[in-house]
Amino acid sequence: MESTQQHTSRRDFLKWSTFTAGGLVLGFKWSGAEAQTAEVFAAAPSAAPVAMNHYLSIGTDGIVTIFSPNPELGQNILTSFPMIVADELDADWKQVKVLQAPFDKRFDRQLTGGSGAVPHSWPLLRKAGATARAMLIAAAAKRWGVPESECTASDSFVIHTPSGKKLGYGELATEAAAIPVPTTVKLKDKKDFKLIGTAVKNVANKDILTGKPLYGLDFYREGMLYAMIQRPPSFGTKVKSFDATAVKAMPGIIDVVQTQNGVAVVGKSTWQVMKAKKALKITYEKSGNIESSADHDRIFLEQLDHGKAVVKRQDGDVEAAFKNAAKVVKKDYQCPFLPHNPLEPMNFFAHVKEDGVELVGPCQIPGSARTAVSKLLNIPEDKITLELTRLGGGFGRRLYNDYVVEAAEVSSLVKAPVKLIWSREDDMMGGTYRSAMRYRFEAALDDKGNMIGYKLRGVGMNDNNTTREHNFPSGAIDNLLIETINNPTPITTGAWRAPVTNFLAYAEQAFIDEVAQAAGKDPVEFRLELLEKVKAKPVGRTDYNVNRMIDVTKRVAERSGWGKKKGVFQGFSVYYSHRSYVAQVAEVVLEKGKPVVKKIYAVADCGQVVNLGGAQQQVMGGIVDGMGHALYGKFTFKEGAAEQNNFHNYRLIRMKEIPEIDLFFVDSGFDPTGLGEPALPPTGGAVANAIFKATGKRMYSQPFLETDVFTSTSGKKTF
Amino acid sequence: MALFKLTVNGKERQVDVEADTPLLWVLRDSLHLVGTKYGCGVAQCGACTVHMNGAAVRSCILPVSAVKSPITTIEGLSENGDHPVQQAWDEVDVPQCGYCQAGQMMTAAAFLKTNPKPTLEEVASAMHGNLCRCGAYHRIREAVLVASKKK
Repeated sequence: MESTQQHTSRRDFLKWSTFTAGGLVLGFKWSGAEAQTAEVFAAAPSAAPVAMNHYLSIGTDGIVTIFSPNPELGQNILTSFPMIVADELDADWKQVKVLQAPFDKRFDRQLTGGSGAVPHSWPLLRKAGATARAMLIAAAAKRWGVPESECTASDSFVIHTPSGKKLGYGELATEAAAIPVPTTVKLKDKKDFKLIGTAVKNVANKDILTGKPLYGLDFYREGMLYAMIQRPPSFGTKVKSFDATAVKAMPGIIDVVQTQNGVAVVGKSTWQVMKAKKALKITYEKSGNIESSADHDRIFLEQLDHGKAVVKRQDGDVEAAFKNAAKVVKKDYQCPFLPHNPLEPMNFFAHVKEDGVELVGPCQIPGSARTAVSKLLNIPEDKITLELTRLGGGFGRRLYNDYVVEAAEVSSLVKAPVKLIWSREDDMMGGTYRSAMRYRFEAALDDKGNMIGYKLRGVGMNDNNTTREHNFPSGAIDNLLIETINNPTPITTGAWRAPVTNFLAYAEQAFIDEVAQAAGKDPVEFRLELLEKVKAKPVGRTDYNVNRMIDVTKRVAERSGWGKKKGVFQGFSVYYSHRSYVAQVAEVVLEKGKPVVKKIYAVADCGQVVNLGGAQQQVMGGIVDGMGHALYGKFTFKEGAAEQNNFHNYRLIRMKEIPEIDLFFVDSGFDPTGLGEPALPPTGGAVANAIFKATGKRMYSQPFLETDVFTSTSGKKTF
Repeated sequence: MALFKLTVNGKERQVDVEADTPLLWVLRDSLHLVGTKYGCGVAQCGACTVHMNGAAVRSCILPVSAVKSPITTIEGLSENGDHPVQQAWDEVDVPQCGYCQAGQMMTAAAFLKTNPKPTLEEVASAMHGNLCRCGAYHRIREAVLVASKKK
């Protein structure tokens, strides 16, 4: 098994496809964007991939090639996709090869986001593998003159069971191509999967571990120039004027040009451009509100108290429930803006030529990147090619194509091939952050501790959708009101791994924990009571499967010895997101009076696990990510500018801080659901609830390290 | 601009750059050895870690004029990609996005030379300076221990 990065032009790509001449090539495509049926058809190799969404070829040498369109940013899609095909095909994994496809609008859902690739492509990939297998079996049966029913397939061979005769897939590929493509094929019983559900190594390991040029920042083209842009450091300002005289005289500097976003320095090497950028003399002028974090704190309260909210959901009579309540719990939770910080900073290569544009680099939605460049330069989309490199992380940042557009703009202005690079400081100060948010939760309890009313009002900075109103606990409470308020700000925002729920889940799960306390009930039992109520008779719409929610809750309680342990403090959390269910118990101890997270138990129901190794990485990485940002992610603004600009003053979680993780996947029998994101949302809540058990202090804001539990004990912060 | 002579991965190289150019950009832009990564430029993330005379150094803050000893990068860690650390990284299946891994492995390889049989805590301390944004720390830690058990 190996992977190959395609650094080729569109023309080369078409030529490449002809190497399969003589073998079997299957194209397969969806009939609609979210349709559950896929058409599989045989294609002439030279025509591939015309009108195909993905494709699969079997060469006369027996090599099975699978073309994977989705951008790879560490979610391991380059390994998971071919595993699904190869399993249904009964291919020998050692003879399977995967290729990263360049952007082509004919590919289906060529993007990375929303934890959606495997759930979306699962039936398609299975059908493709099973179809090829059926055609290979038909070809062998024909050659032997035996019924197909007497034949089976294993490890890239078709076997005639009664006689023990066998033929390799390579030997059969050409004959298989002449077999009419079956319209219906039988998929495997899940119990017969050989690869799916096992741990298969990342197909790009060898290239990654030997330092091959896989990433956008590694891309090099003879004669290309390097470019960096100085953008206004403060949101709410724009460039007024600049003096580039001195900079233009610096070694290696070719040009200095104004762009839509700032002032671009173009030169012969990265270092020369980095130095020159710092030497630029730019004056800025006000173009909008110039805000500091203290302003945001004030705005949040004003909006929660008096803002005009959009009602997202209303059940029953909330005001009556609160009027009749024996007890009311009301708490606010707040989080800061957060930068994504993929370790590979933003970058893209662009070459704007007379007859079109060539783009190469890392992005999560290549289709929209191309559209944006087309609009900027007024060049038709079909004159623009885009090749995908591997992405050094994404976390949502590379869903936004500002840096792709910048690269094209600079190339167009200087009339040369350009690689545009953001420094880490550019990356951290340059916007598209996770929105800062504040939630106000209110719960009404009757005299028996039942939650009879529930209110949630969220305010998002540039976010008009701060709630997930059909998630738990909706469905469990008779009287409920969920509202959202958008507060516009010049600070740019965007999706960040598990958008909204990366904070909402913590806030909600921490709040429910506090409500359970007020009700005098065990936090797990309290949630199970609510879930049982949903199961018996849900109130209104529920987007989650209550049985799966109950199952992960009970399992994590059992695995963690919930409530039975001495010497550790446990906190529970459960959340449904991206179609999957993850429950967690965090264990905290006190060391020198301060809480330390020692262990996290996680039970995940993501339906069928495709690659066990990759799935473990997504969940464990999601937990580490969620815990790190909840504890350490301090990000503040002063007069419109981010006050943290690199890893010396912005803390990310490091190795000594990781907890032990006990992870269990539920075999629920469902098809695969999302996994790149769902493990992150519950982590902050589990940790916050464990810190409460240990210290008696609730965590009402992130990062936790800024709360007095961590700051007051010794009088100084640990960072 | 000035000429600097370097030994990189056993080969004599000569580059014409400014004296303050960090080794990282000499490797990446001048010598096209791009396995060494840029992550922060201020010696905080470890993605740029290379060996100078066998010791791990942060190439992003090391001016080329200060390089007086042989340099090894990920491309030269082994001839066939089979250094015990590389083998262990593959066996444990460490990479997610993979961007930080060259730096992680260079830190680990230098560390294991000074401490061939480390404890888990010693590994964590040694690797604490290398960021992994994907959060693959459990596997990185395990891979260092696996590498320490190889010959």
